[in-house]
Amino acid sequence: MKRLLALLLILSANLTHAALPIQTWTLPNGARVLYVEHRGIPVIDLSIEFDAGSRRDPLRKSGLAALTNGLLASGVAASATEAALNEAQLSDAFADTAAQRHMGVSADRAGIALRALSSQPESDAAIRLTARLLAQPAFPEALLMREKTRTIAALKEAETKPNVIASKAFMRAIYGHHPYANSPTAESLDAITRTDLITFHRTHYVASRAVVSIVGDVSRERAGQIAKQLTGHLPPGNGEALPALPEVPPMPAAEQRIAHPASQAHILLGAPAAVRGDPDFFALTVGNYVLGGGGFVSRLMHEVREKRGLSYSVGSSFSPMKQAGPFTIGLQTKKEQANEALKVTRDVLTSFLKDGPTDDEIKAAKDNLIGGFSLRIDNNRKILSNVALIGFYGLPLDYLDTWTVNIAKVSADDIRAAFGRKIAAEQLATVIVGAPE
Amino acid sequence: MKFRNFALLLLSCAKLLPACVQAQAAHEFRLANGMKIIVREDHRAPTVVHMVWYRAGSMDETSGTTGVAHVLEHMMFKGTKTLKPGEFSRKVAALGGRENAFTGKDYTAYYQQIDSAKLGEVMALEADRMNNLVLDEKEFAPEIKVVMEERRLRTEDRAASLLDESLHATAFAAHPYRWPIIGWMSDLQQMTAHDAQDWYRRWYAPNNATMVVVGDVTPAQVHALAKQHFGGIAARPLPLPRPQTEPQQRGIRRVLVKAPAENPAVILAFKVPALRDIEHDDDAYALDVLDAILDGYDNARLNAKLVRTDKIAHSVNANYDGLVRGPALFTVAGTPAKGISTLELEKRLRAEIERIANDGVTASELQRVKTQLVAAQVFKRDSVFGQAMEIGSMEMAGVKHSDIDRIISRLKAVTPQQVQAVARKYFGDDALTIATLAPQPLPAKTNPPAVKTKH
Repeated sequence: MKRLLALLLILSANLTHAALPIQTWTLPNGARVLYVEHRGIPVIDLSIEFDAGSRRDPLRKSGLAALTNGLLASGVAASATEAALNEAQLSDAFADTAAQRHMGVSADRAGIALRALSSQPESDAAIRLTARLLAQPAFPEALLMREKTRTIAALKEAETKPNVIASKAFMRAIYGHHPYANSPTAESLDAITRTDLITFHRTHYVASRAVVSIVGDVSRERAGQIAKQLTGHLPPGNGEALPALPEVPPMPAAEQRIAHPASQAHILLGAPAAVRGDPDFFALTVGNYVLGGGGFVSRLMHEVREKRGLSYSVGSSFSPMKQAGPFTIGLQTKKEQANEALKVTRDVLTSFLKDGPTDDEIKAAKDNLIGGFSLRIDNNRKILSNVALIGFYGLPLDYLDTWTVNIAKVSADDIRAAFGRKIAAEQLATVIVGAPE
Repeated sequence: MKFRNFALLLLSCAKLLPACVQAQAAHEFRLANGMKIIVREDHRAPTVVHMVWYRAGSMDETSGTTGVAHVLEHMMFKGTKTLKPGEFSRKVAALGGRENAFTGKDYTAYYQQIDSAKLGEVMALEADRMNNLVLDEKEFAPEIKVVMEERRLRTEDRAASLLDESLHATAFAAHPYRWPIIGWMSDLQQMTAHDAQDWYRRWYAPNNATMVVVGDVTPAQVHALAKQHFGGIAARPLPLPRPQTEPQQRGIRRVLVKAPAENPAVILAFKVPALRDIEHDDDAYALDVLDAILDGYDNARLNAKLVRTDKIAHSVNANYDGLVRGPALFTVAGTPAKGISTLELEKRLRAEIERIANDGVTASELQRVKTQLVAAQVFKRDSVFGQAMEIGSMEMAGVKHSDIDRIISRLKAVTPQQVQAVARKYFGDDALTIATLAPQPLPAKTNPPAVKTKH
């Protein structure tokens, strides 16, 4: 106990200064900018994100958010000053700037990340191309057809895989009719038209709701210019907020067993749990480290893998989102022993929910989380992903500066109370794909 | 490991990137017991990655105990003369570290990422298990089951992995690249703690190990710590090398794999030279450039022609890894579009290589590929982990990490004529193996899922 107190004092003394100085401002068009100067290598990492994730897919058109994002790179229309570029020209032009571009869509967010050499001719060209692709996508009909065909083929492939079947069934079990449960089908993809893409883009990829994050070898002044350039040609948006999405509905506890010829059963347990920014976040983080988040040293890892050899991978996680994101426990095990593995897993969870972690476990969790904090922000890419998270979810700007202090403050009572509020063992959904017959 | 992951940076730096700050050169030491220490300073953050690589992987195994290199990797977390099972991981975690290990065909490696002030403590732990591992039957019994679960997860239930496994088992008759890193299931079922012990005794010696440290440290610090923790471990004679050289292939080989999947797939693997002698193996450089011209970016030849323009494939790729201890393969692969047979896709993939053999590549194509290679070297420096991976895997393949400048200039000097020449030379039938996936429908598809609701 004495050792712990001493450690906390040292840590809080060291951490009164900012872990990461983030500068932020809002452009006249409403876009929010977050910027971290991080020199050392001649690289700029940036992202621009929108509330344009798959939860915004219209009914019976699941897959629209992802197709819209993917097809931004399928060519840009001509503008008053610049000629149109087709898909190949756009690809070649990007390749010639040496920049790496990543399109990305999750349930909440969609956007583009760009990694460019900071030297000006190269990064200017890459940023200009990114701005055009965001604002003037051509969405050629023929390419939409081609991508729909490829997406459906990949979807059918994925739907033969036990992990994919399990994860889709799990999201349906815990979210019911909420958009978080939706995923594309051949029919929903088939129903998507070019007009849908144009409308989705015009509604969601708007300047007033853009979050631009810029990290790396770049001055404040140039970051300002980059943000303006990236958002300058976007539709301004009509100033109205996007329609509210339905509440996450309460779902009855259910156990679903789905037949599959694979040699292993894929098991998922969980429930909707926490929004991003939830005051319980730090207690859940420390508690979950003990339960199933702490790599090789968690209770689940010990009981399921180390002691009994039942699974290669087993763990638990909280994924906070705009609306209550899932708490998930996942594992895979030889089909014949699925029931045994499930029982061990449930016993670990039940006992954790009942008694909470021990003082030793809490100390071990804090030692790792606090001692390893520097590994969360030790390169551009990690810094960018943290800053983009802060920007998109509206977390406090000192979120990273106070992170270790907030972890240090968590008590055993906090953890028990937080898990009590978020998880009820008898309310969890269970999905077993490849269950023993 | 591809050449495209190498540093093209240094020579091109001045010309292409005025703002470029060169990566610190890595320093190298050798302890008296033969252990090699390589350090690269990177002070952008107060963290460090510490890796210990052993030059022993699945290619050093023999039939009957395939997978033992990887099983031993798992057992390295199971206790030493002074540490209880699992205590290694608990100690690293308590220091705030992240850790893991990986086994390849050519090597086995262990690493920790940690606050740089804690480097000495993880080094002490790593040195302890190099010399004092305890292989207990009681710990072996559940762990071998974990490895079998890993094999089920990553191979048995994955059509793509089964296809790859069959490809290698067909392309190689004598060389141990014919078996999978994780081993055959029946070998795992028969494996004993004694097999793992035997492996440990033969290969886990300081004179078979290379330490790579990248991060917020100085070479002098690392040298002193390495000497302190590893210096006392005695060198041991290593097993005699058994090259198990692959005999010359004399004709096309085909293998068909039936597995649950939706789409067919085909992989073509051509036997080509690896990079052994950086001065004289010119073809290895040209093959790497050819790989990038076929599949180095989203509008490279294979994707541009077969997926985007002609729409005869859903996906395609090319891959050449010349930095290997064993024989090298150049693969092209793809998933055909509906209505296109794997045979047709095979022809079209080969036609793209023939097009280069007949007509060559353009100067602008070559330039674009080189631009990508150069930039990748700058981007790579954002990650200390990536830098340590590169140094370690080069060393394991038998290429000195300090040769990187020379490799860079050789790659930069590749001409369109050289690319055309390798496209003509290595892509005939006689050293070709083709693996085809015949997808099998899921039997369960016909039955609606049984749902049981519990209250």
